[in-house]
Amino acid sequence: MPAVQETVERVKRIDVDQYRYGFETLIDTEKAPKGLSEEIVKFISQKKNEPAWMLQWRLEAYRRWLTMVEPTWARVDYPKIDFQDLYYYAAPKPKKTVTSLDEIDPEILKTYEKLGIPLREVAMLEGVEPKPGEEDPARRKIAVDAVFDSVSVATTFKAELKKAGVIFMPISEAIREHPELVQKYLGSVVPTSDNFYATLNSAVFSDGSFVYVPPGVRCPMELSTYFRINERNTGQFERTLIIADKGSYVSYLEGCTAPQRDENQLHAAVVELVAHDDAEIKYSTVQNWYPGNSEGKGGIYNFVTKRGDCRGDRSKISWTQVETGSAITWKYPSCILRGDNSSGEFYSIAISNGFQQVDSGTKMIHLGKNTSSRIISKGIAAGKSQNTYRGLVTAHRKATGARNFTACDSLLIGDKCGAHTVPYIEAKNSSATFEHEATTSKISEDVLFYCIQRGLSQEEAVGLVVNGFVKDVLQQLPMEFAVEAQKLISISLEGSVG
Amino acid sequence: MALLEVKDLKVRVEEREILHGLTLTVNEGEIHAIMGPNGSGKSTLSHVIAGKPGYEVTDGQILFRGEDLLEMSPDMRAAKGVFLAFQYPVEIPGVATMNFLRTALNAQRKARGEDEYSTPDFLKKVREVSKSLNIPQDMLKRGVNVGFSGGEKKRNEVLQMALFEPSLCILDEMDSGLDIDALRIAADGVNALHSPKRAMVVITHYQRLLNYIVPDVVHVMSKGRVVKSGGKELALELEASGYAQFEDAA
Repeated sequence: MPAVQETVERVKRIDVDQYRYGFETLIDTEKAPKGLSEEIVKFISQKKNEPAWMLQWRLEAYRRWLTMVEPTWARVDYPKIDFQDLYYYAAPKPKKTVTSLDEIDPEILKTYEKLGIPLREVAMLEGVEPKPGEEDPARRKIAVDAVFDSVSVATTFKAELKKAGVIFMPISEAIREHPELVQKYLGSVVPTSDNFYATLNSAVFSDGSFVYVPPGVRCPMELSTYFRINERNTGQFERTLIIADKGSYVSYLEGCTAPQRDENQLHAAVVELVAHDDAEIKYSTVQNWYPGNSEGKGGIYNFVTKRGDCRGDRSKISWTQVETGSAITWKYPSCILRGDNSSGEFYSIAISNGFQQVDSGTKMIHLGKNTSSRIISKGIAAGKSQNTYRGLVTAHRKATGARNFTACDSLLIGDKCGAHTVPYIEAKNSSATFEHEATTSKISEDVLFYCIQRGLSQEEAVGLVVNGFVKDVLQQLPMEFAVEAQKLISISLEGSVG
Repeated sequence: MALLEVKDLKVRVEEREILHGLTLTVNEGEIHAIMGPNGSGKSTLSHVIAGKPGYEVTDGQILFRGEDLLEMSPDMRAAKGVFLAFQYPVEIPGVATMNFLRTALNAQRKARGEDEYSTPDFLKKVREVSKSLNIPQDMLKRGVNVGFSGGEKKRNEVLQMALFEPSLCILDEMDSGLDIDALRIAADGVNALHSPKRAMVVITHYQRLLNYIVPDVVHVMSKGRVVKSGGKELALELEASGYAQFEDAA
């Protein structure tokens, strides 16, 4: 059987077993009643001990949401979601207020351990410190915020970060402790009226991370949030807000997993980034939500709005994403290049297998003078999946000297999948320079045979070729996560080549 | 025991028989040349020995040190010591040659139940081998064959041959696309690898290559069979009178 044919055959046999994170954690939870109403919005706000302004903000969003309709322009196909058939709030039953890791339900800690995410600072500190000049990047400290269903269960290294002046905490806490910052920035990048899912999120978001890096501070460690959906029929609506003040730098990573369920679960997050003058934010995502089983049953609906505002001059925002999970992905991390000489980057690897549908890309909106943006997108489609890149590059009338470079490459494995590239390019002034390159290729039988003739198994051969294909993007990930992402890519294609 | 025994091999591609009962025996240390016109089945033979998908063996046998080669997966054949130097080596963008070499070498060692090379040991070995073949280190950092000239691609094949230390090397039209200097360099590399333990099967249209790699035995293929075998003088005879005389014999 020709190698590619064999690959296709194996894709057909992909099993849910391939998803390593599909276990469920049995813990007591507290849920809001099913469905969505003003009462539920009030319930969530009350659960979080929120001030009145926050509730007001949510209610306005909710009322607006009632007037909106779901977008249908994306190249994804799914049955209509019954928004009244979901739980909008689920929290592990608290044992009073949690002040240290010891008070967290051990089951939750075990969950994160299984996922390979260390929440215990002690364990990390016990590692041998690298000798001076022998910096071992894999041992660098990483502050983690863990979000389990609707609440943040633990944030590590808070004290150490505080010393540097960096605020890293669940957004629910930030609303109470730093209301001036939250009020100033929340919704300033993604307004409550932005789009159907963002508006829904504004009404019912439960938790997420909040980061503030003060002027001139280089955040001393990587910040990271791990999201885990556990409860059945629960939507997860997290909200992340990151502010890099003048001349500061922060690198942030999020990871996501969920149990295997027959029904689809909704995930509608909003991420807002604000970079002031000379500030830089690097935001990396390793998205591995449950993709559904071999018949296309179950899996996460991932409808996410991510946007960064390069508000200050010479500011820089860089998105890097490795997308391997979710039944449906609808996601366009974008940059508003408002400040003069600001720059935005989008590096993406989107892998779809089985029946996954991906419609993802970016928007680079050039408003300031001499702004530049760079888009490198690598789509890999296997099985019966559909993989679409959708990107907008636009230069405003006053955005003189805007520059963009876009390269979209798609790789097809087998002949039952599809790759699509939908670029939108608008230049409203004549000094803009936009370049767009796109390629689509099939993983060739000759390349596979060459590798196999040199001793690689078929699976190793596909892994090698795919890793070569995505190399430009993998290099953009923080070192600690590049290895993880590389493994993830192999795992998510494991089903496709046996 | 012969290193390679091909016995009465019949091969089809999409319902069409290409090899109609081919027999060939190669012993350790021998250099065999297989010559023949286009479409005589030379490349098919090399592909079937290496295990390329898409060919159906309908009859006959291929034994490698007495073991049934057709029962082995292509990667296992590689691990056992079968190496095919491709006529057109493929490009693998984004995969550094060094990384490719290490992955392949360790995969072969693992399949044979040997320890994988550690990074320093591997680097030492690659440096040694590439130095002996005059291959610049810079070539190893580039993507596999990406942007390589025809000559560089063939040298990369020779480098792999030297590194993997196969016992049977099949060179499929190594001379195609090479100018005379590049041909000489590649051939020198091959000659350096010739040893009493290693056999070479050189597939070529032209006698030219055989000025550099001198064969012990020359086989003439026509219409899917070996129609004549002889010493190296047979190649010269062919050069003078062409293949036409064998067309009828087939």
